[in-house]
Amino acid sequence: MPQILVQDLAKTYRVAERDPGVLGALRGLMRPRWRTVDALQGVSFSLERGELLGFIGPNGAGKSTTIKILSGILRPDGGRVEVDGLVPWRDRVRHVGRIGVVFGQRTQLWWDLPVADGFDLLRDIYRVDPIRYRKTRDELVAMLRLEKLLDQPVRQLSLGQRMRAEIAAAMLHEPAILFLDEPTIGLDAPSKLAVREFVKRLNRETGVTVLLTTHDMHDIEALAERVIVIGHGRVLADSPFEALRANVLAERRLFVDFAGDAPDLALPGVTVRSREGRSLELAFDPRAIGAPALIAAITAGHAVEDIHVEQPAIEEVIARFYDLHGAAEA
Amino acid sequence: MTDFARPYLSAFSARFLLVLQYRAAAFAGFVTQAWFGGVKSMVYAAFYASGAGAAPITLSQTITYTWLAQALLALLPWAPDPDIVASVRTGGVAYDRLRPIDAYALWYVRALGWMLARAIPRALMMAAFAAVFLPLIGLSDWAWKGPANAVQGALCLISTALALLLSASMVMLTNILVAATLNGRGLQILTMPLVTLFSGNLVPLALFPDWARTAMLIQPFAGVFDIPCRIYFGGLTGVMAWTGMGLQLVWSIVLIWLGHLWLERVMRKLEVQGG
Amino acid sequence: MLNALALLASYARASFKGQLAYPGSTILLGLGQFLTNIIDVLAIWLLYDRFGAVKGWAIGEIALFFGLVNISFTIADFISRGFDVFGTDFVRTGAFDRILLRPRSATLQLIGYEFRLTRFGRLLQGIVLIVIATTTLPLHWTAQNIALAAWTVSGAVALFFGLLVLQAVLAFWTVESLEAVNALTYGGIQAAQYPMSLYPDWFRDFLTYVVPLACVAYFPVLVILGRPDPAGAPGWLLPLTPAAGFAFLAASFVAWRVGVGKYTSTGS
Repeated sequence: MPQILVQDLAKTYRVAERDPGVLGALRGLMRPRWRTVDALQGVSFSLERGELLGFIGPNGAGKSTTIKILSGILRPDGGRVEVDGLVPWRDRVRHVGRIGVVFGQRTQLWWDLPVADGFDLLRDIYRVDPIRYRKTRDELVAMLRLEKLLDQPVRQLSLGQRMRAEIAAAMLHEPAILFLDEPTIGLDAPSKLAVREFVKRLNRETGVTVLLTTHDMHDIEALAERVIVIGHGRVLADSPFEALRANVLAERRLFVDFAGDAPDLALPGVTVRSREGRSLELAFDPRAIGAPALIAAITAGHAVEDIHVEQPAIEEVIARFYDLHGAAEA
Repeated sequence: MTDFARPYLSAFSARFLLVLQYRAAAFAGFVTQAWFGGVKSMVYAAFYASGAGAAPITLSQTITYTWLAQALLALLPWAPDPDIVASVRTGGVAYDRLRPIDAYALWYVRALGWMLARAIPRALMMAAFAAVFLPLIGLSDWAWKGPANAVQGALCLISTALALLLSASMVMLTNILVAATLNGRGLQILTMPLVTLFSGNLVPLALFPDWARTAMLIQPFAGVFDIPCRIYFGGLTGVMAWTGMGLQLVWSIVLIWLGHLWLERVMRKLEVQGG
Repeated sequence: MLNALALLASYARASFKGQLAYPGSTILLGLGQFLTNIIDVLAIWLLYDRFGAVKGWAIGEIALFFGLVNISFTIADFISRGFDVFGTDFVRTGAFDRILLRPRSATLQLIGYEFRLTRFGRLLQGIVLIVIATTTLPLHWTAQNIALAAWTVSGAVALFFGLLVLQAVLAFWTVESLEAVNALTYGGIQAAQYPMSLYPDWFRDFLTYVVPLACVAYFPVLVILGRPDPAGAPGWLLPLTPAAGFAFLAASFVAWRVGVGKYTSTGS
């Protein structure tokens, strides 16, 4: 039995269409016109204990709707969800006591209270045993380097500092599952690194199951072994990230700096992407010609100063993927 | 002359048109005020039933007074202009020092636009309810009655305009207090009881104890509501009406003059501090 | 239950700490509250001074109605801030999601949202009114009357709390024009401060059967004053009427559940 089981999840929103102006508003009151939006149309997946899953997709693809349903604050129209044996929206209070949720755009701390006081309040809300709480809190404070922030009111924190405090706040009751919705949005580079580092450690060391949605492909690259790509309310792909990359955009890039001017190269299965002075960027399909063979072929005929192989950037992979599925942002 | 007035006219109309758009707030205000007006009228009726002879104005006049008070609530100087409070908080006041126009006049016309735009929809809704709807459903006894006669009606219009000028000069004093102390918190809660009591909004000033009535009429807050209202139902006629309007004018001039001096000093201080 | 109280205590500690960071401002706002409310007492005095009497009611009697209503509202207001600002601070901002993400009842969390100390101004006014009533009337604060007053206040707290819950329920459908409910809360205080016999019948019926303000002030207070109902309600019924406040609160929470159901099925 997987820890999280999602089957044929469906959710349709009704959106009231309103004409502009006072008359339009009045007409809307009398006879509302509704437009239906299918946010989810049969999403299925499952997650084992201790997995770290990345959820990616364009805006409006259904990521947030899925997270909201999984965390019990939204009721789906159809399908089945079980998280640790509970149906989230039916056993909401019991369910939310076992999960941690971080919404990147919203705070769960108290704006005017010092961080430490907010933590204490959460201890009482989640009924955490005081001795256990002290231990967990001290560990989280050390891991997320919050020592200096504890006495400061939340409103005085920078976005990056606040996000670290938010993540600690979501873990105080030691949930077995952590949902992160866009946890790195708007953060500066060091804060992003700190958040990724922490999530990775948490997942590895304590076996917490993590489900993460993000726009930032570096998050996925750094964290997720498995990704689900969602578009138009459907699961478009569910696989290890490397497999997704291999299937969608298998090509590799070879960057070569020559001793002299870059030569014209004509090798089968290899295309020149750019040429600049003594540098050359090549694209090749590793199934047609392996990297060692290609490098050998080049170094055999030319003097080379530097050479390295890269995979295409993850953004490129995903963009190509959406192109293939016609699922780009509307 | 027109060129001189142009920045002030456009500041006024910009604010007026913007505030006019808050229809939902106006509706909510109307519902609350209609309720309050109704309850107050019923309470007055009970008191009049027990001792009408003791009152210098009739029940019908008192009820009309009550509806007028609810209709024109937004013309009273309740609080500093929220725009000014916000601009003090964000430091935007600095820009008003840099413009080649009189800061007092600019703030003053903006306050006028704000108050008038808030008052007009509420007054219209209240008139439709209390002066038209109530008589239609047979509750004429509880209705807002017309002015005593055409002359009193016309004088009341002039007096209401003067009330607006006076009220804006009081709003300006609170604006300047905010700018001087750099803090708008709590001011409203202190001006509210003052305005309610002395404008006649709590109880018509004519019903105050006899020993206090003259003093109540002369104090400046009478000019923001009580005087135009008494002119409306004929409580102040002829020379008394003109005297009332003279009082409104004198208070306006005094308060504008004081405010102007004070704002200049405050602005100079802000300049020194580099506020 | 005990656990819920413990949680409310920690919410209160946190809320007070925040407000006492600026004690001057809290005291000033509280005094302003007091002034705003005490002028209502002045209004009653002005009318008595002018007219002498009103339908056989003494000023002290009105002070007793008014004082109990205001004390009740202060308590309801103190514990219902989260419901009062529900539309603007929770629905519009989506912060209600955060409430639903926590393993405690939404009601408990909304009660704990903020406890405003500045409300002491209105409480003070209520106490002044009770003192006026006690000193000007032959009023006997026997154990029975004290118990009846406490029961009356609890019914009124339930009623006012119910009104604020209903205002919050409306926010699930619209966040505009919510202040219109103020007509029933602040306007309700205004209406309930006077004896019902001052009002026309239809309005008294409205305040008895629709929004039962009369049941949580006028009727039971008649018993404390030792007067029969001029409109002829049976004497045994009068002390029982505050129960209507609890019935109203229960009905409000039925509506609340419908509203929360709507929220969780549309996410907005």
